[in-house]
Amino acid sequence: MSDPVLQIQNLKKTYAGPSGAVGAVADISLSVAGGEFIAIHGPSGCGKSTLLLASGGLLAPDSGTVSVAGKDLYAMSGDERARHRAARIGFVFQQFHLIPYLDVLDNVVAPTMALPIADGKGKAHELISRFGLDQRIHHVPAALSTGERQRVALARALLHDPPLLLADEPTGNLDEANGEAVLAYLAEFAAAGGAVLLVTHDPKAARHASRTVLMRDGRISKT
Amino acid sequence: MTIWRLILREITHRKIGFALGLLSVCIAVATLAGAMTLLRAHDLRTDQIVAAKEAETQREMAKMEDDYRKIMKDLGFNVLILPKDQNLADLYADDFASKYMPEEYVDRLAKSDIVTIQHLLPSLQQKARWPEQGDRTVIVIGTRGEVPYAQRTAKSPILEAVRPGTIVLGYELHRGAKVKEGDTIALMGRQFKVAKCHGERGNKDDITAWISLREAQEIFRRPGQINGILALECVCAADSLEKVRADIATILPDTQVIEFASQVIARAEARRRAAEAARAAIESEKRQRAKLRSEREAFAAVLVPIALVGCMAWIGLSTFGNVRDRRAEIGVLRALGVRSNQILAVFLGKAAVIGIAGGIAGCAAGFFAGTAWGDVGDIPSLFQPGLVVASVGLAPILALIAAWLPALLASQQDPAIVLREE
Repeated sequence: MSDPVLQIQNLKKTYAGPSGAVGAVADISLSVAGGEFIAIHGPSGCGKSTLLLASGGLLAPDSGTVSVAGKDLYAMSGDERARHRAARIGFVFQQFHLIPYLDVLDNVVAPTMALPIADGKGKAHELISRFGLDQRIHHVPAALSTGERQRVALARALLHDPPLLLADEPTGNLDEANGEAVLAYLAEFAAAGGAVLLVTHDPKAARHASRTVLMRDGRISKT
Repeated sequence: MTIWRLILREITHRKIGFALGLLSVCIAVATLAGAMTLLRAHDLRTDQIVAAKEAETQREMAKMEDDYRKIMKDLGFNVLILPKDQNLADLYADDFASKYMPEEYVDRLAKSDIVTIQHLLPSLQQKARWPEQGDRTVIVIGTRGEVPYAQRTAKSPILEAVRPGTIVLGYELHRGAKVKEGDTIALMGRQFKVAKCHGERGNKDDITAWISLREAQEIFRRPGQINGILALECVCAADSLEKVRADIATILPDTQVIEFASQVIARAEARRRAAEAARAAIESEKRQRAKLRSEREAFAAVLVPIALVGCMAWIGLSTFGNVRDRRAEIGVLRALGVRSNQILAVFLGKAAVIGIAGGIAGCAAGFFAGTAWGDVGDIPSLFQPGLVVASVGLAPILALIAAWLPALLASQQDPAIVLREE
């Protein structure tokens, strides 16, 4: 096993609620190495999404550290963290979060706005072909099926060849066949040396994961 | 992918919102440009009206000059016949001729068939001291009244003769001597009965004494001599003094003829009064135009700020709406690594596009509306490069100011909150 791409140490996160602080994540430590596909599942409100957002540098923890590719995300400035995120982390969401007025090609190259790369369009075309979207390249998201949208989101997440892929319920809005296809792509990414952290309700996702983690009340209850 | 591409794609996606923003800027800038163009049109129109009035005045003056010339021609004009060797400079300096000619000349004219002159008044004029009145200066005019033409039907004389032994006194003379009509007064050793006392005329007549020509010739020892023949109401078909001069020269070769000054003065006075009236009319027009301009300025001073503030409010509110609609997009862009200052640039860039496009469109619309309502034929002269620069420069600045707060809020939006909510 290679060095961990994602290293979480004693992560704690609480939210302010009407009757005081509500614990979302309590003292979690976790590492994901290159080639690992970790699936975290658990009931709603157990802190899965909070863990994922904190892992992506989008949600500062109350305590603990999150390192991606050897760098502590929350020790960086906001701009440095944004650049690091653009280069090292790919996101896939349940709601796809494609930009509605951009066609498939522009959605896939959207990350170059944050971090330009040489021949970004060529790379985007390559990914679009890989995900079987050649015929849809100039379609806007509204004209795509949900499976196609998620594949566009996957292509976008992979544009910068990130070592870490964070997926938040990526199969939640997909039918079984499309869900399986997405999970297979994630497994393929991990097999190629990438690190995948998947947050899901779907127990079938475990079949593709190299490791499954169960979360309950903000803690890892079972690995 | 660049920020500009994202902005342009978003604009084409949300066309109505963009069009409304553009319209608000367009209206505000058009109000400003239209008001400024209208004011410029007003100034140009004022110049045109004043120039037209001045040209009209010039035409009226020329016409008046022509009319006066014609009237004077119909009325006839006055000439003074003088000895040929009379120096005119001396005449103008002394007010009377210093050279003399035979009195017989007037009889020769009266007996001739000349038609261009009439009302012949021979005279002997002399400036002298009046010893009986403390040596005061007096102009003595000896006159025999109008000499009738031998070959014409007798007309009533234009001027009565002064009878021998009588005297007519100018205002200053009778006032100084304290005499009145009927009194007797001594002039250079002779006694004269005062036949008439003139009222004040404000010219040399006030120090003039008129006596009979014969007595004047005796007093000044110029028997049978005169120094001028005044011919009143001369008529000349060619409206030229030359004709009169030529006619008189054939009869009296040893004389010269000059035009009497009265009609020149009359014309000058008429011109002066007409010019004064025209100037007053032009000044009145200018005052009215200036008043109208200040009213229009006051209206623009209220309307333009209202339009600009309304536009800014609209841009600000529509940008707030745009930020709210794009919360998820902002969240995912941040997740993709887009920095907060880039998010700020996305919204400010859109506001700048609206401002520039609206500024250009509004400037053009305001200019054409101003020219249409300005009623000035010369449209290119209404074009103000400074106004174009100000409008096209001001609009994006105002749009950026209006969009600043919502854009800042968008850039500071926490992506985690948005993504968790979604």
